[in-house]
Parts: sequence; structure tokens; C-alpha cells
Amino acid sequence: MACTADGVAAAVRAAAAVVAEHRAELIDLDRAIGDGDHGENLNRGFAAVVAALDSAVPDTPGGVLKLVATTLISKVGGAAGPLYGTAFLRASAKLGPAAELDVPALLDALRAGLEGVQARGKAVAGDATMVDALIPAVAAAEKAAGDGGDVAALLTAAADAADTGAESTVDLVPRKGRASYLGERAVGHLDPGARSSALLLRAFAEAAR
Amino acid sequence: MSVGIVLVSHSAKLAEGLAELAAQMAPDVTILPAGGLSDGSIGTDYDEVVAATQRADSGDGVVLLYDLGSAQMTAELAVESLADPSAAVVADGPLVEGAIAAAVAAQAGQDRKAVAEAAAAAGLPEDLAPAEAPADSAEIELELHNEVGLHARPAAVLVRTLSEFDAEVTVRLGDQEADGHSVLALMSLGARQGDRIRVRARGPQASAALEKAKELVDGNFGE
Repeated sequence: MACTADGVAAAVRAAAAVVAEHRAELIDLDRAIGDGDHGENLNRGFAAVVAALDSAVPDTPGGVLKLVATTLISKVGGAAGPLYGTAFLRASAKLGPAAELDVPALLDALRAGLEGVQARGKAVAGDATMVDALIPAVAAAEKAAGDGGDVAALLTAAADAADTGAESTVDLVPRKGRASYLGERAVGHLDPGARSSALLLRAFAEAAR
Repeated sequence: MSVGIVLVSHSAKLAEGLAELAAQMAPDVTILPAGGLSDGSIGTDYDEVVAATQRADSGDGVVLLYDLGSAQMTAELAVESLADPSAAVVADGPLVEGAIAAAVAAQAGQDRKAVAEAAAAAGLPEDLAPAEAPADSAEIELELHNEVGLHARPAAVLVRTLSEFDAEVTVRLGDQEADGHSVLALMSLGARQGDRIRVRARGPQASAALEKAKELVDGNFGE
């Protein structure tokens, strides 16, 4: 199974709905260890993405992801704007002008998105950031692809691994972002960025079914 | 023309206040604040950072400084998105001291690499160790009569003036010595009204540099 631009746009709309649904949860998570704006910022960004898609859906999956990237960069603010913006921008560049998103292209896009986040935020595994959700997610997608999985199977595997990875941040001492100023006191808290990454991947997986 | 400077902060007030402060020491440099969100709240506005970076570039490029982590990311992303990303550079230094150091370096006509390095070096501890006098140097002793002593603006005026001479200049107060080309080093001497500083210069234009320094001190730095 491969996805067209309309399929990718539908997945992005689903992700926006999930972000809106979990806005308060993300705010609460961020309030515990940061400045409490993650849910609000992300919701504002994805609402703007939906508004942009309402006026015109780009022709290609890469075009849709580029629209997501530029909108999030402009509207989200905080650390999540440049981080998610870079992820979607690098993924979009990887997809190029292709009309459909297939398994190899999805893997490339996921890898490029993760690399973008790491290049922008300089975070590594164990820093208690969204990277702790994304690294296992990409690894799980690679394994699913090796097992012959389709786009939906890859995204489901990625979302499952991201959930586990996000949960792992509860036990970590943050080393990046505002939470790092809390040091040991941040232990016991789920990283809001890791949680939102897992939520987005889950929304994409559900939409691809 | 000179290198432009963009101050990326989560707070509009912080960026504006700092731009105002830095402009005191670099009247000919374009220093633009890019702080806060468009509705006045705290945050970094990517579009505004991009616009400020474009406006600050008069042809010699731009150096961006930032306050906290996500401002750094926004600044880097803005630079990457420019038509020519090599025209701008994000400096990794303390925002306030770095902005002052960068502004003075830009005022002295340095290129964007040197301006960014000046900002980064502002985060390093100054070497105030006493130094031996080189044999071929000239030295004068000057008493400060101006109200604020060798504080920010006078220090910047001195650095700017000395940068025009081919001479290595150091300024000494008691047993502390500072590089005469560093505003922060001069300020860290803490020389006040009534203090006597010893200015030493070496190089082809050493005596001219000392003469000019004496002129500035005697004229209370134009205050």
C-alpha cells in the first residue's frame, strides 16, 4: 500500500485532532518540568496546518510535509517549532517530488526527520527528550520493513516503540531544554516532547490503517 | 558598511533594551531586536527573526545572538533558510556581554567571523594576569576625570579609537592589566573617576595611539 498526497493530508489532519484532544495533557506534562506551553503551542501550530490544508492540499506527499513544516516553524514557537519544523522539512526534502509515499520512502523520511531533530536540538538517546521516542520508533520501522510490512505496519511498529521510548523518559534526568535546569527533580516526569512525538506517530499509524 | 547584528530573545523587552544598550557603543552598526511573539507574549518568532536578519544585512553579513535554547534553534533555522546561508552566522556566546563585544567589533569594521568570535570570546574569563613590560614599548599614566570612569561607553570609545592604530595596547590599573582592544576586559578593571591608569603601547603607531588615548581621557571621552 502506498499513500498519495491526499492520504498524507488526511493523516496530518488526524494528527491535528489528536493534538487538540491531548492539549491539556501536554500542558500538564510541560508545566511539571518546563514552561507549560507545549500543548498550547503545538495545538496552535496544527490548527494553522489544518487551516492551510483547508485552502489547498499540495500535489505530493513531500509537498504536504513541507507545508506542515513551514506552518509549524512559523506558528509553534518554543523549542517544538524549530524541532518539529526541521523534522518535517528534512522528511519532505527526502520525499522530493514523488507522487506516492511507499515503504522505502517512508523509512527514508522517518530517518531524515530523526536526523533533523538531532541536528537541531543536539540531543542524544537518554537526554529525556523527543529523541528518546523517535530513535526506537525509527528502529522499529526499519525492523518492520525488513519483515515485509506495509506503510501501516511500519507506522504502527514505530508508534508502539515510541510509546515505550516516551515512557522511558520518566526515569531519566533531562540533559536538554528547560527541564535540564531541574536536574534530578525532573525524574519521575514524562517528557512532553517525547509524549507528543508518540502521539503524532500513533495518529499517523491509525490514519494509515 | 558593517556587519549587522540581530538579538534573538524570548522577550521583546530584553531584545529591545539590549539593542539600545549595544547601540551606545556602536552608533554606526545596525542592531535589530527580534524578541517575543507578535502578540507581545514570551517566545521566539521565526518569521520575525528571518525578517530582522534580512534587514540587518547591508552587504557585509549578519551575526545573530540568542538567549535560551529554542532561540538558538530558531536562529539557526532562520540562517539555514536564507537565500545565502553563509551571509549570516549564529554566535555562541552570552547574550548581553556577547552583544556588546560583537557590536564594538562590528563598529571597528571587522568581518562577520571576527564579530561572531568576539561574541563567543565574551563568555570566556578574561586574563588579567600581570604582564612584564616588553622592552620596546611606550607607556603613559593618565588620570580619569570623567564621571563613570572606564565604564561601558568610555571603554567602547577607547577600544574603537585604538582599533584605528597599528599598535598593541594594554591598560593597567594597579596590578591588573587588560587588553586595550576588549571593552569587557577594560570594564572589568573597574577603573573609576580619580583612578590613575597606565596605558602601554607597542608597534609602529604606539606613540600616536598613546597620544590619542591621552586626548580621550583628558577630554573625558567626549562626555
